[in-house]
Amino acid sequence: MELGLEVDDSHPPYTVLAVKGEVDVYTAPRLREKLVELVSQGKHKIVVDLEGVDFLDSTGLGVLVGGLKRLRSHDGDLTLVCTQHRILKVFEITGLTKVFAIHETVDAAVAQ
Amino acid sequence: MEEVLELEIPARPEFVALVRLVVSSVASSRRVLAEERIDDVKLAVSEACTNAIEAHSDVETDDHVVVRLFEGDDRLDVVIDDRGTGFDPESLPEHPPVTDPERLNFERGLGIPLIRTLVDEVDFDSGADGTSVRLTVYCGRAKIDDLL
Repeated sequence: MELGLEVDDSHPPYTVLAVKGEVDVYTAPRLREKLVELVSQGKHKIVVDLEGVDFLDSTGLGVLVGGLKRLRSHDGDLTLVCTQHRILKVFEITGLTKVFAIHETVDAAVAQ
Repeated sequence: MEEVLELEIPARPEFVALVRLVVSSVASSRRVLAEERIDDVKLAVSEACTNAIEAHSDVETDDHVVVRLFEGDDRLDVVIDDRGTGFDPESLPEHPPVTDPERLNFERGLGIPLIRTLVDEVDFDSGADGTSVRLTVYCGRAKIDDLL
């Protein structure tokens, strides 16, 4: 199962990471590695675009929480783009809508 | 209750997607549940399988994880059996409130709360020789969707 991870640096100071596919116990480590790589490159304002994600479980949530923690320790931030009900529902159930800023579009996320 | 599926998978992370696909396909074809509830089952089964695979990893066993699906007139049950060393579902550590900065120190532990919310009933039968998780979803709208 492939996890698409595309980096877009065309909205400085933001880096947009577009995720495509299913984020679960098998694929979430790749998302974690990519976030760690971006932070180590000095990219501390990251927008994770979840519009191409078909499935997200608690492992994926954990990676995003870890990414947010890592970025905040660098005075950065991790925000999300998501409009899909089935994915938003996972954030709502776990209360993480209060932890992450969730935007409807990438343009809205990078206009903060 | 009629057993409509039994699936054995190696306890490896790459097989969880297969379980999701098979369970959701079979559940869709039986037409007992609305599509949205099938999404709930899919996520709950995925969480339970992830826990089962991690339980096998902890004890380094080659035993398979077994997933069975049962159908009744107004319900669907999925049972996930592992051969780990068991756990107490009532003694899981609680996370700090989401408004507490300490919350970011907890990347794990959301799977069982998610399962409890997504399905109508969940039963954990856990002992030293393994855990059996039974997830039950009834026809009709999920309670959680009325709350969100």
